[in-house]
Amino acid sequence: MPEEIDRHDVQRLAAAGAQIVDVMGSAEWEESHIAGAVHVPLRKLEQLAPERLDPDRAVITYCYDSL
Amino acid sequence: MSPRAAWRLESLGFGEVYDYVGSKMDWIGDGLPFEGTFADRPRLSTLADAGVPTFGLGDTVRDVRDRLGGWDLGLVLAGPQPVVLGLVRAEALDADDHRRVEEVMEDGPSTYRPHVSAEEMSPQLQDKPAPWVIVTTLSGHLVGVARPEAIHAAARSDGS
Repeated sequence: MPEEIDRHDVQRLAAAGAQIVDVMGSAEWEESHIAGAVHVPLRKLEQLAPERLDPDRAVITYCYDSL
Repeated sequence: MSPRAAWRLESLGFGEVYDYVGSKMDWIGDGLPFEGTFADRPRLSTLADAGVPTFGLGDTVRDVRDRLGGWDLGLVLAGPQPVVLGLVRAEALDADDHRRVEEVMEDGPSTYRPHVSAEEMSPQLQDKPAPWVIVTTLSGHLVGVARPEAIHAAARSDGS
């Protein structure tokens, strides 16, 4: 079960090698995304996740906000 | 959206998956680094002067007078990871030297987040003029103080 985390956890996990994944669409990604994030839009997750993400490293997903 | 993605990644075999609940707006609002076309635009984080004088609740009016320099305001910070509690206007210097900052400060001033662009902020200042814009992270940590004239100028150059 994916664990819910806050921004402090994100910084700690990213420093330890976790991959930060932006699951928004292309327009939102182009406008702004967390520095160093990887773009894997939700609609293409099955296709792009194996190409862009390392399954042996932790993964952190995020979208626009908490709503 | 991201909880769904997290669940889906787990079902695809990713063993250690987390969901950042606050997501992008929480990150950017706290002044943390981001990239993209929006990142290159002038924003409050780059327009804010971090040199604004700061004071503790226990400081006195005399302390403010000694350290305010040419500023027309000082900010009052408190807590182990200091957050902005209030502001002291230069006018407060008329008070007795020994009065504590706590007694003369204005509580809970309006603050704005560092990611707000000059283009967004400028019309707000035209509708509701203010002598300064206090910029803090979502957590309340001080980034600095931006001046309306700098915000308007940056908005004009950004739009041109």
